Amino acid sequence: MRALKLLALLPFAALLGGCDFVVLTPAGDVAVQQRDLVVISTVLMLIIVLPVMALTIFFAWRYRQSNTAAPYEPEWDHSTQLELVIWSAPLLIIICLGALTWMGTHLLDPYRSLGRIAADKPIESKDAPLNVEVVALDWKWLFIYPDYGVAAVNELAAPVDRPIRFRITASSVMNSFYIPALAGQIYAMPGMETKLHAVSNKEGTYRGFSANYSGAGFSGMHFEFKSLSSADFDKWIGTARASGSMLGRTDYLQLERPSQNDPVRLYRSVDRDLYKAILNMCVEPGKMCMSEMMAIDAKGGLGREGFNNTLPLTYDKYARRGAPLGASPTFVAGICAMDEIKDAPSRDVLAPLDLTPLRGVGLKRPPFSPAHPSSTSLLLGQRPKSDS
Amino acid sequence: MNPDLIKMIFGRLNLDALPLHEPILVGTFAVVATGGLTLFAIVTYFRLWTYLWREWFTTVDHKRIGIMYMILGIVMLLRGFADALMMRLQQAIAFNGSDGYLPAHHYDQVFTAHGVIMIFFVAMPLVTGLMNYVVPLQIGARDVSFPFLNNFSFWMTVGGAVLVMMSLFVGEFARTGWLAYPPLSNIGYSPDVGVDYYIWGLQVAGVGTTLSGINLVCTIVKLRAPGMTMMKMPVFTWTSLCTNVLIVASFPVLTAVLALLSLDRYVGTNFFTNDFGGNPMMYVNLIWIWGHPEVYILVLPAFGIFSEVTATFSGKRLFGYTSMVYATVVITILSYLVWLHHFFTMGSGASVNSFFGITTMIISIPTGAKMFNWLFTMYRGRIRFELPMMWTVAFMLTFVIGGMTGVLLAVPPADFVLHNSLFLIAHFHNVIIGGVLFGLFAGINYWFPKAFGFRLDPFWGKLSFWFWVSGFYFAFMPLYVLGLMGVTRRLRVFDDPSLQIWFVIAAFGAFLILLGIGAMLVQFAVSILRRQELKDTTGDPWDARTLEWATSSPPPDYNFAFTPVVYDNDAWWDMKRRGYRRPLTGFKPIHMPSNTGTGIILAAFATVMGFALIWYIWWLAAVSFVALLAVAIGHTFNYHRDFHIPADEVVRAEDARTRVLAAGAQT
Repeated sequence: MRALKLLALLPFAALLGGCDFVVLTPAGDVAVQQRDLVVISTVLMLIIVLPVMALTIFFAWRYRQSNTAAPYEPEWDHSTQLELVIWSAPLLIIICLGALTWMGTHLLDPYRSLGRIAADKPIESKDAPLNVEVVALDWKWLFIYPDYGVAAVNELAAPVDRPIRFRITASSVMNSFYIPALAGQIYAMPGMETKLHAVSNKEGTYRGFSANYSGAGFSGMHFEFKSLSSADFDKWIGTARASGSMLGRTDYLQLERPSQNDPVRLYRSVDRDLYKAILNMCVEPGKMCMSEMMAIDAKGGLGREGFNNTLPLTYDKYARRGAPLGASPTFVAGICAMDEIKDAPSRDVLAPLDLTPLRGVGLKRPPFSPAHPSSTSLLLGQRPKSDS
Repeated sequence: MNPDLIKMIFGRLNLDALPLHEPILVGTFAVVATGGLTLFAIVTYFRLWTYLWREWFTTVDHKRIGIMYMILGIVMLLRGFADALMMRLQQAIAFNGSDGYLPAHHYDQVFTAHGVIMIFFVAMPLVTGLMNYVVPLQIGARDVSFPFLNNFSFWMTVGGAVLVMMSLFVGEFARTGWLAYPPLSNIGYSPDVGVDYYIWGLQVAGVGTTLSGINLVCTIVKLRAPGMTMMKMPVFTWTSLCTNVLIVASFPVLTAVLALLSLDRYVGTNFFTNDFGGNPMMYVNLIWIWGHPEVYILVLPAFGIFSEVTATFSGKRLFGYTSMVYATVVITILSYLVWLHHFFTMGSGASVNSFFGITTMIISIPTGAKMFNWLFTMYRGRIRFELPMMWTVAFMLTFVIGGMTGVLLAVPPADFVLHNSLFLIAHFHNVIIGGVLFGLFAGINYWFPKAFGFRLDPFWGKLSFWFWVSGFYFAFMPLYVLGLMGVTRRLRVFDDPSLQIWFVIAAFGAFLILLGIGAMLVQFAVSILRRQELKDTTGDPWDARTLEWATSSPPPDYNFAFTPVVYDNDAWWDMKRRGYRRPLTGFKPIHMPSNTGTGIILAAFATVMGFALIWYIWWLAAVSFVALLAVAIGHTFNYHRDFHIPADEVVRAEDARTRVLAAGAQT
């Protein structure tokens, strides 16, 4: 058994040299901290796993039937001291690991803005984060740079040592946005927004991809993440601005149709509200945005009249057939124009200014403000007026 | 003919549903059809149909139902493993611009079918089969509480398996991954029959699993032999009890969530759609509220098997029986508090993630305690390395690695970099193969002589063991490495050539496992041929400790002529030590349940209904549903439910055993 396992390890050892263990040697500070947690947890667990494996082999060998010299106690089945040890040893390890988990999970919460650029580099006020809006499409990635008004398909560029703030959604099905060299992944889901804060500390080109299976073109759904110097990044933005195409809503509706292995594409300008419309699933003209729908519902909804406010669906990505026994597919018609939708209050989770509480005293709770203070209670909320 | 009429009769089923353009499937069909026809011809030639129908298909005997579950599991293992080989081959060759040999349409079905089949139609039937066979014997019962329900449960499981297998040749299977997350599995993105096959296959089988869970819980709670208090139950019975409690509490969730998904797909509701207030994350939560306990449903019985095997082959009482029982119960409860760890990366807050991360780690404490209990059972024992014990030691060495990587994945920041990667794939194969499957193999080798009266051939068994164990390491250690290189799961083609070597090693490992499965099948064949040499006349070939070894191998229909009385948690060991003598006279007629064909007929109608719903053949669905109800109601008027085995027949069986035992004692 043991010899066999060593044998099994031999070719691995020979191969390990030539491999790129990107999860273990990442380029971004967040991924580095996550890597550290992987290593520390593994070492902590090995404290108990290795002795167990060694004891298994030793007992199996020592108490084999042919070894009559070894003691044999067929009735021995209890020892309070031993029981205490076998329950408390894993317990102790788990207490350590649990503490580590609690702190690590809060510190590395992808929604939390960064507290540092690198281990030895605290964040400074001049390091304004780069905003990137990410949309997972079938089967390619769209990156919108709202600060610069440009966009790119299947290519992401960012300057080194500048925090990046990703806001992520999807157009149709679930994907997961993952650049192993930069930071851990987070799902990209339609009609929902996830966030990720990260920073790259090393120039280079890294691989990013979808880490959640999303259909036929999933294998080709990857992109290059270019970590550039400040000057090179400006040059990249310049190239984008000089490129020919624009990304308006109709262009987007064309772009989001399923396609595989798409080449890199740059857009010199982007519809200002495109991301917001994608997130609220109202890029198609005349469709009610989810934010608007939720705002109406929070005030009690449209009541029975709302039933009439639908239009037959004429466009869907897959030429949707509808359920065999259901009504033909419809969508809710918009009432307000897109411009009237107000931003929801920000729920950003901020990094603590001072790191002292992170040593185990307890972490600051993220600030929270209810979206609609007037109707916070489900039970006492306003009744729909139109129903009376 | 009028196309509307055709559509009314056949729904969306037409000739295009037959995959004639896919050479791989046509080839598979040819092989399966030839095999099926040969089997049919053999059974017909030897006039076995009546025998099979009377003695097996309609049986309510828990032992025969248990054996049929095992056969189902092993047959489906071949299908599930064929899918695994196809995947490994595709991933090993799809490099340097090559597209491999499987198009996305086929490959995506293959990995979905692999997961679904291995969990629902391999692991579940094998686990249920062992519990079915062993538990009533271990607690000194004549049968399970509801013998007819047991037969019905089995055939419903078969019905689900038939639907899944049918998708191979009529239409297609889901292309969604084994848990069919919406929106991908919803009608808008998967309009074809694949997801419907998935839904109805699991729904039909799920009814069987739930009912079998209720049955075994009742059996264990109500039918224990006198003297067997809860804390004198064998550990395998304890883990079975906990597993079936988990089944009863979690499978309804699966049924409900699949029902909601089918409402979305059939009548256009919006539970899990992107639009109209639907939320796909609700599905993800619900499916994992079933899905995580499911993991423990599979592994707890395996833990029970290891407990029995370790104590038996170390010739020693199980160390820490009480803490073993409490560990099992704690795992049962905690398994409901960890489901969110399957989607830390969907944007739950840090506090939610750490809560579920820490509850997950806490499960490793009772699991660790169990590991130490087995270890100290071996300590100061006299360990006989028969096949079951070999599997147990391989399990102990393999499972700790899987457990360790599992706890690692429970640390949310670590999961952010490893989620959905091949590291995860390696982890869960490490615990499911290294834990569940090794346990099942230990159990099969351990209880086979009880079921058939002869042992399994040790040479081919050892060959199978070494191929499986080494194959496992070759197949899955490279996946850990690839996961650390940031390679995600379910990819069909690769463009980084440095990864290829690892996939080639993994494919080699899969090939070794193929040899392991082959050796196992040969082991069965050789053992049947050499059954006279391997015969077990004593009923207790391993010098074991629990009640199932007190009766003959194979046990008579009625299990025990007299219900045994239990004084110790190693009941049979205790009886042997006190010089127990079999009663030789005073036998009475034994009250037994009668066989019935209702179970198989009901399941057949349920399967037809599933097929009709998949293909939108509404009239057939309605007809089969009405027929299902009619047969079920009709069965309530069946008053020929039981009979008595006459006393002289019992005397004859017991006398025969006395002679065999006497002959065995002389040699």
